[in-house]
Amino acid sequence: MFSLSRKNVITLVIFSAIVLTMPIWLKPLGAAYPGLMQKFVIYAIFAIGFNILFGLTGYLSFGHAAFLGVGSYTAVWSFKLLTMDMIPALIFAVIFAGIFALFIGYFSLRRSGIYFSILTLAFAQMSYSLAYSVLTPITFGETGLLIARDDPRAIDAMLGVNQSASGMPVPSLLGFELGGYSGFYICAVVLIVAFFLSQMIFASPFGMALRGIKSNQTRMMYTGFNTKPYMLTAFVISGMFAGLAGGLLAVTDPIAGAERMKWTESGNLVLMTMLGGVGTLVGPVVGAWLIKYLENIFSAINTNMLNNFFDFLPDGVQTVMVTVMSKFVGEGWHLTLGLMFVLIVVFLPGGLVEGTERLVRRFRRIAGPSDEPTGKMASGRAGND
Amino acid sequence: MDAILAQLLNGLDKGGAYALIALGLTLVFGTLGVVNFAHGALFMLGCFCAVVLRQLLTIETVTVDPTQLSPWGAAVEVRTPLVQAWLGDWGAFLVDYSVPISVLFAVPVMLVIGIALERGLIKHFYKRSHAEQILVTFGVAIVLQEIVKSFFGANPMPQPIPTDLRGAADVGAWLGMEANQLTYPMWRLVYLLFSLGVIGAVFAFMRFTTFGMVVRAGMTDRETVGVLGIDIDRRFTIIFGLAAVVAGVAGAMYTPLLAPNYHIGMDFLVLSFVVVVVGGMGSLPGAVVAGFLLGILQSYASMNEVKEILPGIDQIIIYLVAIVILLVRPRGLMGRSGIMEG
Repeated sequence: MFSLSRKNVITLVIFSAIVLTMPIWLKPLGAAYPGLMQKFVIYAIFAIGFNILFGLTGYLSFGHAAFLGVGSYTAVWSFKLLTMDMIPALIFAVIFAGIFALFIGYFSLRRSGIYFSILTLAFAQMSYSLAYSVLTPITFGETGLLIARDDPRAIDAMLGVNQSASGMPVPSLLGFELGGYSGFYICAVVLIVAFFLSQMIFASPFGMALRGIKSNQTRMMYTGFNTKPYMLTAFVISGMFAGLAGGLLAVTDPIAGAERMKWTESGNLVLMTMLGGVGTLVGPVVGAWLIKYLENIFSAINTNMLNNFFDFLPDGVQTVMVTVMSKFVGEGWHLTLGLMFVLIVVFLPGGLVEGTERLVRRFRRIAGPSDEPTGKMASGRAGND
Repeated sequence: MDAILAQLLNGLDKGGAYALIALGLTLVFGTLGVVNFAHGALFMLGCFCAVVLRQLLTIETVTVDPTQLSPWGAAVEVRTPLVQAWLGDWGAFLVDYSVPISVLFAVPVMLVIGIALERGLIKHFYKRSHAEQILVTFGVAIVLQEIVKSFFGANPMPQPIPTDLRGAADVGAWLGMEANQLTYPMWRLVYLLFSLGVIGAVFAFMRFTTFGMVVRAGMTDRETVGVLGIDIDRRFTIIFGLAAVVAGVAGAMYTPLLAPNYHIGMDFLVLSFVVVVVGGMGSLPGAVVAGFLLGILQSYASMNEVKEILPGIDQIIIYLVAIVILLVRPRGLMGRSGIMEG
């Protein structure tokens, strides 16, 4: 914590408070149930990890869902073979996703720009196809990988932990069974640690080097700087974050399926990061929360609710409105997602964080034009200083 | 030997589809410099042009015919397509040949959609980064896909092959082999010829017309062409429309081979990007060659003999080839060096 600037420490404290009080402030928003909050937190970790690669280096990977998938599979296998404790599961998930990222990154990073994106996409699609075909003994293809009561669980058996007293075994932490709110708080703590790590990376010389690569890789190389190992490290770290997120998904719900590795999932991840603000610290988190929240809200709305909502309108108008709106909700939630995709890229390329900053600046200018620190705020993305 | 030849033919028709999609993609990339992730969705819209045309042609009148009785003794409902009622045999022919005819229907529709998309959205993205282009077109793809889904549902909608073209062609006999040694579904042959025809037409258009010449000049040096007083932007817009048309007709004709559903475009998109990259970004001949090459490779990889040695190879062969090509020869088979590597 010593290497963080004062501002970053304050950000971290506020961030932790916001994350830990989620059950309170999400209640009026109608999203305060554990399953959803776990998703919020896990996808925030995923997006933070992705941002370390895309935000700092500008390399757009279209294959991050593969690392999430590898993390999930590893964690479930650890539940099956070793123990229902989450710590080994997460450690293995991170390590395996890291190794996998090292392999993919080693090859993909030989190219840049669009070629890098397509290489990562090709690798990810390859893993996805393999998970469905040849690797079915490991991944169990379309059924997905599930835990069973009679799995070996070597460590549990050795320690004499007997979980299978009633029903399916549940993931645990040092003997405490996880589920519901305890699961959420565990994930929340992991998110705070992940956020702290990302702050450290952003503030470190390593993070500076990555930003240098983003702004001008050739110049970095001319100054005698070997960019390769830095890029690879960033890629692997980013993959490990994805693996961690995948592992947590398995902890909260011990099942792993190949559909998590599909490339459209990677696309959604990119959207989360872009929506919040690429290259900012809190942006990806905000983006992930917003997308998951909207997904939950929009896909839950049905025609009855729409009818109630538009009840004040005359009958004919009401029918038209309900018909039109019903295309955007429920099953059609992806339509809203796609539109959001387009609108954000067109109108808000810097994401919500930059949008807010612009708003704040405008208000300040109205309030008192004299105390505007010129230029400072314009590049005032969090973590840049 | 026959098996190898048969697989070659199998690969060719799939390769034809890949080549057509990749051709449009690389055309757009070469002219506008835009990485278009919505191209697969345009292919999908083409497929649904065929679906819509068939639905229009088969709007039926239902009459109860008391002279005919079903096995249960009730009067039989006779369904006659309106077109058939109006036009007689000619109408029946129209219904039967709905898929090839839908190509004619797809051309204007796709042209309009393409031009509207370019003018309305893509033109604002010439100067933006490739990442943003990818994202915005990806968003467009999702939107188009979901609109189609909300109208046609999520189930695949198989389209029939015209009756006359349903049989198998005895390709072996043409090549001097014994009869029925090597047969091949007629429609696949038609698709292959069709794709070759479209590819030929696009190349001829680019090669032998003044319009094509200007566009090629613009691909090489946009600014100079602009300085010469030619409105290159307008021509590039039309090229985007043309690319949409090529993708659309490729889709419309493909419907009997693979029943289209709303995400058929996404399935083809990744593959066709791989094709473009293998062929070389911005190289038209490269896209065509790579399309056929990968189609054939995929079809060989799905032979049982090959799968016994390398299980699962049929699923990943295309990606594997793409990865190897990108690492060994990043500009692709026929690309110019240095494009988009920065």
